Amino acid sequence: MSLIFAIFLPIIVAFVIPFLFKKVSNIHTGWFVLLVPLGLVAFYGTYIPDIMAGNTYMEEFAWIPSLDISLVSYLDGLSLLFSLLITGIGMLVVLYSIFYLDKEKEKLGNFYVYLLLFMSAMLGVVQSDHLISLYFFWELTSISSFLLIGYWYTKDRSRFGALKSMMITVFGGLMMLGGFVILGIMGDTFSIRELIDQASTLVNHDLFVWALVLVLIGAFTKSAQFPFYIWLPDAMEAPTPVSAYLHSATMVKAGLYLVARFTPIFALSEVWVWLVTGVGLLTLFWGSIFAVKQTDLKAILAFSTVSQLGLIMSLLGIGSISYHVTGDLVTTFTFASFAAIFHLMNHATFKGSLFMIAGIVDHETGTRDIRKLGGLMSLMPISFTIAMIGSFSMAGIPLFNGFLSKEMFLDATLSLQQFNVHSLDSWWILFPVIAWVASVFTFVYSLYFVFHTFRGKYKPELLPKKAHEAPLGMLVSPAILAILVIVIFFVPNFFGNTFIKPAVAAIQPLAYQVPADVGFKIKAWHGFESTALYMTLGIFLIGFLLYKTIAKWVPLYENMPAKISLNRFYDGLMNLSDKGANRLSSSYMTGSIRSYLIYMFAALIILLAFTMWIKDAFVMDLTNLAPIQFFEVLISVVLIISTITILVTKSRLTAIIALGAVGYTVALFYIIFKAPDLALTQLVIETVSVALFLGAFYHLPKLNKYEKGKEDRRFRLNNFLIALGVGVMVTLIAIASHSQKLVVSISEYYKETVYSEAGGGNIVNVILVDYRGFDTLFEISVLTIASLGIIGMITVRLAKKKGDRKVENK
Amino acid sequence: MKTNDLIIQTTTKLVFFIIFLFSIHIFFAGHYTPGGGFVGGLVMSSGIVLLMLAFDLKTVQDMLPINYTLITAIGLLIALFTAAGSIFFNVPFFTHVYDYFNLPLLGETSIHTAMFFDTGVYLVVVGVTMNIIQMIGGDE
Repeated sequence: MSLIFAIFLPIIVAFVIPFLFKKVSNIHTGWFVLLVPLGLVAFYGTYIPDIMAGNTYMEEFAWIPSLDISLVSYLDGLSLLFSLLITGIGMLVVLYSIFYLDKEKEKLGNFYVYLLLFMSAMLGVVQSDHLISLYFFWELTSISSFLLIGYWYTKDRSRFGALKSMMITVFGGLMMLGGFVILGIMGDTFSIRELIDQASTLVNHDLFVWALVLVLIGAFTKSAQFPFYIWLPDAMEAPTPVSAYLHSATMVKAGLYLVARFTPIFALSEVWVWLVTGVGLLTLFWGSIFAVKQTDLKAILAFSTVSQLGLIMSLLGIGSISYHVTGDLVTTFTFASFAAIFHLMNHATFKGSLFMIAGIVDHETGTRDIRKLGGLMSLMPISFTIAMIGSFSMAGIPLFNGFLSKEMFLDATLSLQQFNVHSLDSWWILFPVIAWVASVFTFVYSLYFVFHTFRGKYKPELLPKKAHEAPLGMLVSPAILAILVIVIFFVPNFFGNTFIKPAVAAIQPLAYQVPADVGFKIKAWHGFESTALYMTLGIFLIGFLLYKTIAKWVPLYENMPAKISLNRFYDGLMNLSDKGANRLSSSYMTGSIRSYLIYMFAALIILLAFTMWIKDAFVMDLTNLAPIQFFEVLISVVLIISTITILVTKSRLTAIIALGAVGYTVALFYIIFKAPDLALTQLVIETVSVALFLGAFYHLPKLNKYEKGKEDRRFRLNNFLIALGVGVMVTLIAIASHSQKLVVSISEYYKETVYSEAGGGNIVNVILVDYRGFDTLFEISVLTIASLGIIGMITVRLAKKKGDRKVENK
Repeated sequence: MKTNDLIIQTTTKLVFFIIFLFSIHIFFAGHYTPGGGFVGGLVMSSGIVLLMLAFDLKTVQDMLPINYTLITAIGLLIALFTAAGSIFFNVPFFTHVYDYFNLPLLGETSIHTAMFFDTGVYLVVVGVTMNIIQMIGGDE
């Protein structure tokens, strides 16, 4: 199986899922879907030994060779780790969803198609070496996330959340595309690896900072960093398996992946270091503080995810300092990258299990409101155990993997002290302090999450359902993750050597040639001289005190001014663009055909006059004209009389007939000037359109052009000017085109080739069906669309008249 | 209001078929002499419109129970597939071919893929025109 095929395998399977769902109704569709991540985990698993040894794999498929766009699958330590996360967590999530989503009630066909689409997109993101295909997959994850959040599309909140996530992440994606294009221009290549090779010259380019900031906006929106994080809490309207998968374990980590992948390119700039570290820490702090305030289980987890993503982001930022230092300090800072990847993996395990438990609580009690929950410990003992493992790991308590990476994080912030190149003086102390405060709050909300749900008083009267333990199948996936949480704590170095070191080697190619060079060992005990140890003890102590007094200080949040919140800003912005667009379009879409004709004719006059003027094309050469025949004068007189009749008649019927007369006389002109095809068409068109007019007669409003008054005079003056303008312009063009032959007439070409090449005799028709066949094809398409539009309009009107409410335009 | 349209009705019955045949004629003749799918379709539509004027909409719909939306769709598809067919012969989109065949009764005749495309145009024109006229005329 090739690497590129593996990326697309989920999408390919997605094509048969709807049929399986329809035809095989006695087996839950999820069981078929489960085979995909299962196979892929095994497939990517076979690469582990080779990647550990420092090999990389690459496969290329030329997609659009003329634009130099190709699908490149590049597998190194970083992308392999992510691929395994995507397929591994994906497997557990699919298994969990089989028990979570009812096969009778839910549209499983849709659900699994979206999920598989996401899986392919995400694999594509982490394996693309080509910037454009990376962007393509990146947006595909946004779209599948949109579809999954809006899965229960009858709920207002779901649609709102879906749109919000899409708006923000696609905004970021477009910014990122801009950054990619700049990178492509600077380096003259779209390949990430080739850009990494040029990193030292790129950094001096004028546009470098622009590319950096734009790419970072993409990463920050996707990874829900401050201030873009607001979409993630609203994304919790998605079914819980989706929240566990996309919005905690994989998609939101795409931004982290991007930062990690681009570190070798951008880290040489200090802007990168401070932006990534600063935004990461701010997000960590902000998210952890607001998580405590939430009352919805999933909202707590959403804010906690925001905060943890910030933690990993800041670690990646600190890790990129290694590009600015020499000697032993390089190792000091690459340690942060190591910690980042380690925590990323740990977070996927404990947060995934916590999300699944939140889903189980929701499923078995009917609510996620923590104020209504309590005392579930004895009713749901297994869920409680798993929740406790997850929460304790998140809080950073020993015996769970979160403790290890949390200590490493504290160490990394402390190491900033040694980075005194940038006259940091004593400011560096801010970083560990912020990290410490955020960790205290993390400790608080972790305990709050598990103990307020499972301990305390059981309040059955508040629960929509009678609470009981979840079915075994539903507990399997969170249990596997919980076991991993503990296993990683006891054998961290096995995971370190297998997954993390190869990934770190990919982020720090300057420091390490092969994964084996990364010399870190993960230890639970650092000895009494470790500052991190005392910080951790402080977290436990203060955190516990704060947790115990939580009821006293949480009301303080109510004092936050609601008016300046980011959500307000987003809503206002959406509202503004909605109203603005509406106002703009209704300012010129009057609904009256008169206005539209004015726009068209005015545009015609202005464009033609302007072009003629700048091209200096007004030439009047009245020599070499054919003599005017008597009947030509006669027809012209008829034409003029019928035109004037249209203008002065008081009856619409007369006007319609006079209009027909104008058409027929024009057809006569065509005959005189030897254009039989045109004449024929004009005659029939005139006949049909007069019939059409008569048919529409009944619907037309009364002729009201003779209302007296100032308004009317102005209206008629306008029309007069426009009519005059069009007439004058057309006449001038006719004379000018007669007066100067700037280009050779194309008629000669048609005359020569019509029989020999097109096999026809009538040039006009051959032009229609052959020379300019494209025009005709599109014309008949437009005709079809127009007729469908007319049918739609009239049917809706008819239905309204009858009071039929079936045809509603929503 | 009762009207006496005996003359127009009798004439129409006769003229309609002449118009119909004429429309077919100028459609086929179009490649060499004035005419073609577009005009042919319009002539055909004007014939049906004449029927509608002479009789009434309901009668015509009973006489010719045609779903014009379907006609439009078929026409568009014929045109599109004629144009797209060339892809299967590894030549650019919209490449036409023609050749001469000896057909019974007709003798040596040129058959041109453009004619199939024109058939599509013919059907679309008839479908669209009649749809619009029917819709607007029939709305009560």
